[in-house]
Amino acid sequence: MTDGTTSRISLTLDSVIATVDLIEQTAIDFANRAGFDADTASNIGMVAREAAANAVVHGNQFDPARTVSATFEASVDTILIRIADQGPGFDVANIPDPLAPENLLRSSGRGVFLMRAFMDEVTFRQLTPGTEITLLKHRPQ
Amino acid sequence: MSMKSKTRQVDGVTIIDLSGRITLGDGSVILRDAVHEALERGETNILLNLGNVDYIDSSGIGELVSAFTNVRAAGGSLKLLQLTKKVHDLLQITKLYTVFDVHDDEATAIGSFTV
Repeated sequence: MTDGTTSRISLTLDSVIATVDLIEQTAIDFANRAGFDADTASNIGMVAREAAANAVVHGNQFDPARTVSATFEASVDTILIRIADQGPGFDVANIPDPLAPENLLRSSGRGVFLMRAFMDEVTFRQLTPGTEITLLKHRPQ
Repeated sequence: MSMKSKTRQVDGVTIIDLSGRITLGDGSVILRDAVHEALERGETNILLNLGNVDYIDSSGIGELVSAFTNVRAAGGSLKLLQLTKKVHDLLQITKLYTVFDVHDDEATAIGSFTV
């Protein structure tokens, strides 16, 4: 590869719970191979899981006609994960702050917060149709 | 590792020993069912032993919060016992650590309930 990417995996998966587990485990394996320590790799797996759960549950809503795309890339100093669904899309600005006192006892709405807590960059892109979440983590120097 | 739960009674407190992962899917459902069944039996002093729960995701965190509010709505209290580092850290960053009554010692936890 000439763009600095040292390895890449792309998956197209069904909108089922097993996809969430597979994306988490793939992210952990990929992060381990990319040289991240065990704790960081576990956290990368967790946020990939959150993004995958968003795609399967909220994006594709378990629709068997819709798939989830997952791409994992490692360069010399970063790991980048993209998870995309084919759902109706959502506005991340409308997600309530889960740390606000009035939201602490809500039973949902913490996934995006956890992504931002453990990754260096989290971005959202609207597709037609769907949403793509990009997760980026730099390797410590 | 999938999740397992076992329920026991000690001095009027229902202790639910959980092991494995509390995550979207089976793990969250097992926790929900265990708490629901205790409430159905009229047991409202519930201690969740998380000493062998090595992983939790946002779905599992949401299930803990739902269990907490459901038990409270039934007039009881739900407390947590023996958090692993992973669970402890996630409850800290989500500001839920101060919402739950968390104990390290089972006897102390049992004694903290008003039975």
